[in-house]
Amino acid sequence: MKSPLTALAGYFALLSLFAVGGANAAIPEMHRMSVEVMHWMSDRQFADMFAISQVSPGPNVIIVTLIGYHVAGMVGAAVATAAMCGPTCLLAFFVSRTWDRVKGARWRMAIQTGLVPLSLGLIGASAFVLARSADHNIYAGLITAVTAVMAFFTRVNPLWVFGAAGVVGLTGWL
Amino acid sequence: MAAFGGALPWARRMIVEQRRWMTNEEFNETFALSQFLPGPNVINFSVVFGARFGGAAGAAVALAGLLGPPVVIVSALAVLYEHFGGVETLSQILAGITAAATGLLIAVVAKMATPMFLKRWNSAPVFALLAFTGVAVMQWPLPYVCLGLMPFSIAFAWFRR
Repeated sequence: MKSPLTALAGYFALLSLFAVGGANAAIPEMHRMSVEVMHWMSDRQFADMFAISQVSPGPNVIIVTLIGYHVAGMVGAAVATAAMCGPTCLLAFFVSRTWDRVKGARWRMAIQTGLVPLSLGLIGASAFVLARSADHNIYAGLITAVTAVMAFFTRVNPLWVFGAAGVVGLTGWL
Repeated sequence: MAAFGGALPWARRMIVEQRRWMTNEEFNETFALSQFLPGPNVINFSVVFGARFGGAAGAAVALAGLLGPPVVIVSALAVLYEHFGGVETLSQILAGITAAATGLLIAVVAKMATPMFLKRWNSAPVFALLAFTGVAVMQWPLPYVCLGLMPFSIAFAWFRR
């Protein structure tokens, strides 16, 4: 049997190289792995961790720190975070040194434009998977819908929305 | 470098407007690159940005500054969650936040999709839908979906000019 730490390290290192579109694009894969394949946590726990990562300061990718801690304590948190950031950091570092030199190259444009639809599809999938975990009833669905419309048409600070939604949650309707 | 709800708007204000470390174009260029690279965008951004100023050391410092404090805070939250995650009140609040965060993500998707789906004779929506279907509906592993679609998506972008 693989130790949880090796599983965390290998899994997040691989994921970091395929998360086209950032941490939010990787949510479905993290969910599939943590809940369905490895049975590290329940659907509800995953949704909770997503919520915590959204209201915490800093980049959204720190959901991997939460998952890592849940699986293997502080060492797990450190391993998961390093694995998720390490490979992509090295890649970013080396690409950034050559990228400026190939500014007008056709293949650069092709890669850049070719990856946009993939990241859109993946982030869409994240929204779908989260909605399935979070929106168990009409009230939760309503919060999601209202937030979506509001964020699409206005530039409201997410923290206010989270605060309000948390208070609604306190009523116990969700 | 603590920033709520995504660090980028905040980063732009500091880097371009206050400290004048970069021009607006340089910032956009760096941002585009960090978005296209796989992995967390903000992390990529800090590495590319740091590398531009101080090479490998600059990248390491920028990364540590961006990631250090949030990781400490979130580790503390992780400990608290393991203790109090079963408390009904907490899980009610978190349920509300998850529902709202999902809504925000839908808005992001809608904003990204609008220009793409309005353009005619464009292969991009097809690839977006295929990626969505593969991951969300079929629940295939992300690396397979990406490896399967990437060559075609890039090839279409190459020939459509």
